[in-house]
Amino acid sequence: MEIRDLYRDVILDHNRSPRNFGRLEPADATAVGHNPLCGDSLSLSLRLEGERVKEIRFNGQGCAISVASASLMTEAVAGRSLTEVEALYREVHALLTEPAHQSAVPLGKLMALAGVHEFPARVKCASLCWHTLHAALEHPHEAAAPAVTTE
Amino acid sequence: MNRPLTQPHAPPQAPAQARDSAPPAASAYLDAQGRLRPERVRADFPILGREVHGRPLVYLDSAASAQQPRAVLEAVERYATTTHANVHRGVHALSQEATAAFEAARDTVRRYLNARSTREIIFTRGTTEAINLVAQSWGGAQLQAGDEVLVTHLEHHANIVPWQMACARAGARLVAAPLTPAGEVDAGAFAQLLGPRTRLVAIAHVSNALGTVLPVAGMVALAHARGVPVLVDGAQAIAHQRVDVQRLDCDFYAFSGHKIYGPTGIGVLYGRESLLAAMPPWQGGGDMILSVAIERSTYNELPWKFEAGTPNISGAIGLAAALDYLEMLGRERVAAHGQELLAVATARLRTVPGLTLVGTAASKCGVASFTLAGIHPHDVGTILDREGVAVRSGHHCAMPVMTWYGLAATVRASFGCYNTRADIDQLLAGLDKVREVFA
Repeated sequence: MEIRDLYRDVILDHNRSPRNFGRLEPADATAVGHNPLCGDSLSLSLRLEGERVKEIRFNGQGCAISVASASLMTEAVAGRSLTEVEALYREVHALLTEPAHQSAVPLGKLMALAGVHEFPARVKCASLCWHTLHAALEHPHEAAAPAVTTE
Repeated sequence: MNRPLTQPHAPPQAPAQARDSAPPAASAYLDAQGRLRPERVRADFPILGREVHGRPLVYLDSAASAQQPRAVLEAVERYATTTHANVHRGVHALSQEATAAFEAARDTVRRYLNARSTREIIFTRGTTEAINLVAQSWGGAQLQAGDEVLVTHLEHHANIVPWQMACARAGARLVAAPLTPAGEVDAGAFAQLLGPRTRLVAIAHVSNALGTVLPVAGMVALAHARGVPVLVDGAQAIAHQRVDVQRLDCDFYAFSGHKIYGPTGIGVLYGRESLLAAMPPWQGGGDMILSVAIERSTYNELPWKFEAGTPNISGAIGLAAALDYLEMLGRERVAAHGQELLAVATARLRTVPGLTLVGTAASKCGVASFTLAGIHPHDVGTILDREGVAVRSGHHCAMPVMTWYGLAATVRASFGCYNTRADIDQLLAGLDKVREVFA
């Protein structure tokens, strides 16, 4: 396993230039995630249209893996139905934790995260944004969903 | 080294005298100038021979946990294979030998710290438990509403949270002295915060996140002038500084075995006898009592009053072996080697483009903390790990320090007696690789 299997070009690009970075005001759903291990934090804000994610933004600070994963996630879920988002959530989780996971749905650019499962110490960096998204959608109409942590 | 396990422990009243000079190290460990040869020291640490991700291990995380020399591993094994039994209770041979070895270890610690008496040496699980012992026992008895406990902004969480808890119970307040940009405690502010309400000062000897050496003796003198006792968290200092509790004149000194090449799960609280004698026990159980009736119990004498339950006997013996090993190498030589490595590492790190050293105090030891522009410390840590270089990345359990600098994390390279200049070469080569990946 080479280091570039983790730090692929897509990851480095999204770390350098995160997409959908910022905050939506007002938002229909928000959530904050923390990784207490490293002190990193991430907040998500979403606008929904019926049962669909219309817009999503993230901000916060973190390592290249967590920033790129959040950036890739915002691209992947914008415009998707909540059911599709839920399916992606499960597939990405499997991609991050299982060797050679065969995804049931096309993951597109999210496949850039395929190297993460070889670096167990970094799985939480990549999954934080997805857990935070899950929490935001579970409690979309609350002012603030309960803070998510990786622990 | 090779201390017989049945060696009777020195009488507790033995006159306490600082050793003027370390015993001569075996000449194989010294170069022509009498300096430590780290390549020879290295050979005593079996783990340093292993590979990580197909590369020779370069261990630069001794501030988190130092590796153990064969002398420690063998002492622990010898105890387990020849002597183990419960201490302080059997009349049989093994129990008596185990007791003698355990109490001999206590005396080795006493000598190492130059404490007056073994009654002042309490074995704990580590620095954290030692501080919690003082916070609960001394703090529970002494702290009252409106009192203050004074710490600094560079403390490890273990020297913050126990005081927060003790203060919350008493209605007291935790106050933290600010830092200078270099990462030193602001002396003027410290003196000012040391006020009429201050009941205790609790400070690190050396900052684990920055490497700053605090002027502990001066801070103790300042506190004592106001009648305030001082606890020193010595976790990061013990492996790098000669610690003489009488010279520091501190009231409590806490450290962990695994930071000084000993086992995990063993640590020490030194306490001034007059303070310890007045403190109530903090945990109840066997060993800490003289007699028990259902109505009431009478407590044991120092130091056992604070050691409820079967102690970590083999841990104490391993710790004593680690201290003997360092005495054999020569504590001053080990300290000088650490200073030389830190100076070399600091000079070389300053040449890395985009690198900022975090913590640039005039007096430092053991630790070089830094950030790389635009690259998160965890990414640095992962890439270095793939090169076989083990460093710590994160907040180092000292989040208030990170907040002080406006950082979430740093990369920390820390040095032990077995590290060489070649290890620093590998660190620098690893940082080149980091910059290549993130170019």
